Amino acid sequence: MSPRPEPAITFSDLTLGYDRHPAVHHITGKVAKGELLAIVGPNGAGKSTLFKGIVGELKPLGGSLKIDSFKKSDVAYLPQQIEIDRSFPISVFDCVAMGLWREIGAWRGLDSARKTHVVQALATVGLQDLGVRPVGALSGGQFQRVLFARLLLQDAAIILLDEPFRAVDTKTVADLIVLILRWHEEGRTVLAALHDIDQVRAHFPVTLILAREVVTWGETRKVLTPANLAKSRQLVEAFDEHAEICARDGEARKRQPA
Amino acid sequence: MIDAITQPFIEFSFMRRALVGCLALSLGAPPIGVFLMLRRMSLMGDAMSHAILPGAAIGYLLAGLSLFAMSLGGFAAGLAVALSAGLIARSTVLREDASLAAFYLVSLALGVLIVSVRGSNIDLLHVLFGTVLALDDQALLLVASISTLSLLVLAVIYRPLVLECFDPQFLRSTSDFSSPTYFNFLVLVVLNLVSGFQALGTLMAVGIMLLPAVTARFWADDVSGLILVAILVAFAASLTGLLLSYYANVPTGPAIILLAGVFYLVSVRVGAKGGLVWGLLPRKHLEA
Repeated sequence: MSPRPEPAITFSDLTLGYDRHPAVHHITGKVAKGELLAIVGPNGAGKSTLFKGIVGELKPLGGSLKIDSFKKSDVAYLPQQIEIDRSFPISVFDCVAMGLWREIGAWRGLDSARKTHVVQALATVGLQDLGVRPVGALSGGQFQRVLFARLLLQDAAIILLDEPFRAVDTKTVADLIVLILRWHEEGRTVLAALHDIDQVRAHFPVTLILAREVVTWGETRKVLTPANLAKSRQLVEAFDEHAEICARDGEARKRQPA
Repeated sequence: MIDAITQPFIEFSFMRRALVGCLALSLGAPPIGVFLMLRRMSLMGDAMSHAILPGAAIGYLLAGLSLFAMSLGGFAAGLAVALSAGLIARSTVLREDASLAAFYLVSLALGVLIVSVRGSNIDLLHVLFGTVLALDDQALLLVASISTLSLLVLAVIYRPLVLECFDPQFLRSTSDFSSPTYFNFLVLVVLNLVSGFQALGTLMAVGIMLLPAVTARFWADDVSGLILVAILVAFAASLTGLLLSYYANVPTGPAIILLAGVFYLVSVRVGAKGGLVWGLLPRKHLEA
């Protein structure tokens, strides 16, 4: 494996979960600055949980997670379950312009230069003519493009994409992958949870196979083997029945005598 | 015709006061209603309006029909209910609407109990239905100050509040504005209900907040447009409601709210944005 530059995200024995049940279990590793990392694993492997941990929506149950040298606002996050109210009366332009939050915050206005940025972002995702339409009028694929345009404007150093291509046609996937590769070239750190193994092979240099724990993590062509994928599926199934207090976590055992 | 509209206000100072009070109220409350609607919390306004009753009643118990005591009590009770409901929702399995329902029902029962044990029925009616035709200087000042404050705070939290309604996750993940914005908004809801209950009573106060807002949905399709239309509808309902009450000799609070209801029902039918009438007209679809 090539020598790794400075880490962007460091996991040390990280456990994340819900209601004391771990969904991500004892993960240790580093994501290098500027890395384009695919996270692969079956449903329930903890991919979304890991992202929620990185953006701080979930507090670790154990271990720790460091976003080295970055602030909260340096992380852009496209969640899998979006809470967006699509019936909200807001235009596509305004929705994309929210991506400028880090620059304009709650009070500063949109000057003409920033307006141009928004228009450019819309053009980049191929929606230049739809700026004035309400978001409710967009199709699912168009709305995904809107979210990518917003990510473009967020200008974040770390970008987390949770299943960014679900329910999106092949043309849109191709367009969005171009964007992701561009972010990679610009030196941003991009993490994407994906299901399409061929996509990962074609575009992502590094892959983490997750099954609550790290199954394997490294150069995509080395780690993305049928054996590893099968192992990840087995691990997720096998872990489901365990509900004992984790034996690897000595401290937790002492604290909770039951 | 013009005379019929202006004459009551020229002739009687209590009508002028009522008009000023209602217009001030119409400036503060409807924008709050717009955000309640957009955040799908329309019924929460109703619950909150019941929740302020015991506070007002305790204020009344301690200080008689004192505007200040009743408003302060109402504000404290409303805020306590809103915050405990929020807290319970975040720390237990109960959802916010359910915990709010539990709190406001208890609160309402307590309020009615306190008022009826200690006061006369007339007092209870005042608290429940307001006294818009007997607004004194103090009351007018209170309503006007709350409306002013409300508009100012809304201007400050406008962008995060829109985001909090549209995409709360984005706001949470990019800034620390989410909780402060929501808290400030809750305070504004309670404040405007307190200001409304002076004029319209606890039961009707929420009407001037929400009916113009839901009416506006049929006329505007962006947030600022919604706010503007809602304020105008509230103005119109206040004016026509006062006149109706004057000429037909009916209680003022319900008259204003009923008129707002009429505007709503008309808008549902003929509103420019999705009124029912457009579904009945044969209109050709567009090219793209």
